[in-house]
Amino acid sequence: MSDGLGSEGNPLKVLIVGSGPSGFYAADALLKADTTVEVDILDRLPTPFGLVRAGVAPDHAKIKSATKAYDKISDNPNVSFLGNVTFGRDVSLAEIQATHHAVIFTCGAESDRRLGIPGEDLAGSHTATEFVYWYNGHPDYRDHVFDLSQEVAVIIGQGNVAADVCRILAKTVDELKNTDIAEHALDALSQSKIRDIHMIGRRGPAQAKFTHAELKEFGELADCDPVIDPAILDLNAASQAELEDKTNRSAIKNIETLTAFSQRPAGSKSRRLHFRFLEGPTELKGGEHLAAVTLMKNRLEGEAFNQWAEETGETVDLPCGLLFRSIGYRGVPVPDIPFDDKKGVFPNKEGRITNDGSVLPGVYCAGWIKRGPSGIIGTNRPDSVETVGSLLADLSGLDASQKPGGAGLRTLLEGKGVRVVSYEDWQKIDAAEIAKGEAKGKPREKFTRINDMLAALS
Amino acid sequence: MTTVVTENCQRCRFTDCVTVCPVDCFHGDDEMLYIDPEVCIDCGACVPECPVQAIFEEADIPDGMEKWVEINAEKAANLPVVNEQTDPLPTAEARKTELGF
Ligand SMILES: Cc1cc2nc3c(=O)[nH]c(=O)nc-3n(C[C@H](O)[C@H](O)[C@H](O)COP(=O)(O)OP(=O)(O)OC[C@H]3O[C@@H](n4cnc5c(N)ncnc54)[C@H](O)[C@@H]3O)c2cc1C
Ligand code: SF4
Ligand code: SF4
Repeated sequence: MSDGLGSEGNPLKVLIVGSGPSGFYAADALLKADTTVEVDILDRLPTPFGLVRAGVAPDHAKIKSATKAYDKISDNPNVSFLGNVTFGRDVSLAEIQATHHAVIFTCGAESDRRLGIPGEDLAGSHTATEFVYWYNGHPDYRDHVFDLSQEVAVIIGQGNVAADVCRILAKTVDELKNTDIAEHALDALSQSKIRDIHMIGRRGPAQAKFTHAELKEFGELADCDPVIDPAILDLNAASQAELEDKTNRSAIKNIETLTAFSQRPAGSKSRRLHFRFLEGPTELKGGEHLAAVTLMKNRLEGEAFNQWAEETGETVDLPCGLLFRSIGYRGVPVPDIPFDDKKGVFPNKEGRITNDGSVLPGVYCAGWIKRGPSGIIGTNRPDSVETVGSLLADLSGLDASQKPGGAGLRTLLEGKGVRVVSYEDWQKIDAAEIAKGEAKGKPREKFTRINDMLAALS
Repeated sequence: MTTVVTENCQRCRFTDCVTVCPVDCFHGDDEMLYIDPEVCIDCGACVPECPVQAIFEEADIPDGMEKWVEINAEKAANLPVVNEQTDPLPTAEARKTELGF
């Protein structure tokens, strides 16, 4: 069986759709396996790295340096990148199955969950994604406009994305100008009139989802004071019990820091970040433009670590002209692949994509499109390892005929007039961005239009 | 700023932490693991994974454990990378109980 699938004579050829963290960790796991493999990583953008480039906040440069690990993976001669190729538009599942033995979808969760309340689509009401992609220079959001002439902004949600949005709104131009924030965003933010930023959470301060590291940053901003009502830190018995559990370290630290914020003398900075808890939006009000959000007051019910927010019936209107919802992400369906509309993911069993419960042979998924939008960059590693484990366990059942792999796919795409961007091409874009940034003291100035990225290659 | 492994890891080595590290910056000897501060990106992924709470961000290190910052840097530089989960040391469960987790 010298030409068995995965042997030197017949390498296992895997296509990965999506070059975010889960795509790279899947490639890495395949390369570490005891099988001869060739891996091709596709992305709809000419630039790799998914949300590490387009999601992670520009002022968290150290976290963005996770891409160094992906550069190392790409150095392997058995890995290639095919950027500027959209699955479902430029290439179909049947075409991929002719060129590769297996495909792993790692295309992330690029859409938002909705609040499902009246007024959600008023002008001035946005998703956090739009804003994040905009300040990070994602080409799809290049021309979005946010009304930063408003004085009050509300962020619904208290996860790490909500924290990022609040911090970018709260920071001064000086605090942002040496990051890789997109130029158009820095220009717009330099005109910002925002004074009060309200971050709204349904449950209490002991259940807040932001990390302690993120929370601490709000106490160290140049021109924004953290504000919290001390009364909200008067915790119920179940929350106190949660804090007595020493494994709940993050919550213990958060409460310490929030308490310290609440005891600060009133500040005199020109912006304020209001931490608000036990409130949830029920309606966005306004004529054409958002004017206020109605917040329902909640109280906690249930036992420690199992508490939920119960509406009290008491509401309050908070006037605001700008609102971002950050209550979770959803995957986007793609042609030929089943979609679980309720969860917003591809239905799967340990990474094997299923249709009505039966496995589609040779078709896998990993990362946010597999498990939903939870966890941080590193969480995707064990997730991708699991999926690759499933793939390797299925090896004997896959079509073992010789396949043309990445070279074949490239020929097919170029025949269709697609300008495929290789890793060497990306390195040129990368170098051009770094050079553009250097003059301004930024780590890079991103290209924010696909045409400009491609122009840097000619 | 970096993230460091401290004494609770000794005789334990559950290695739950290494599976989530996005940049392979854990190194180890027979006794415990150490984080390479030159490579760690302070993402915080490993911190909640550790069943005996051995890992701290530098800013949150409890009093008396500051020496571990230097120990991690020194040891990590000269030890091999550990990036796959291995069996915990035989003493691990006993150690976990002893530490009260
Ligand atoms: C705003 C924000 C901030 C974050 N900050 C942090 C942080 O500070 N620290 C941290 O550890 N984690 C952070 N995370 C989480 C982290 O980014 C995710 O866990 C991780 O990126 C998910 O990886 P993924 O590969 O599943 O998806 P993604 O990173 O979203 O990658 C998906 C890729 O697929 C491509 N794609 C999509 N559809 C197609 C298609 N049809 N054809 C071809 N390609 C396609 C996309 O272009 C993208 O490159 C943040 C997330 C967000 C949203
Ligand atoms: S999980 Fe904790 S105890 Fe285990 S190896 Fe990592 S740091 Fe050490
Ligand atoms: S903080 Fe992140 S990068 Fe640093 S050791 Fe932990 S998982 Fe690895």
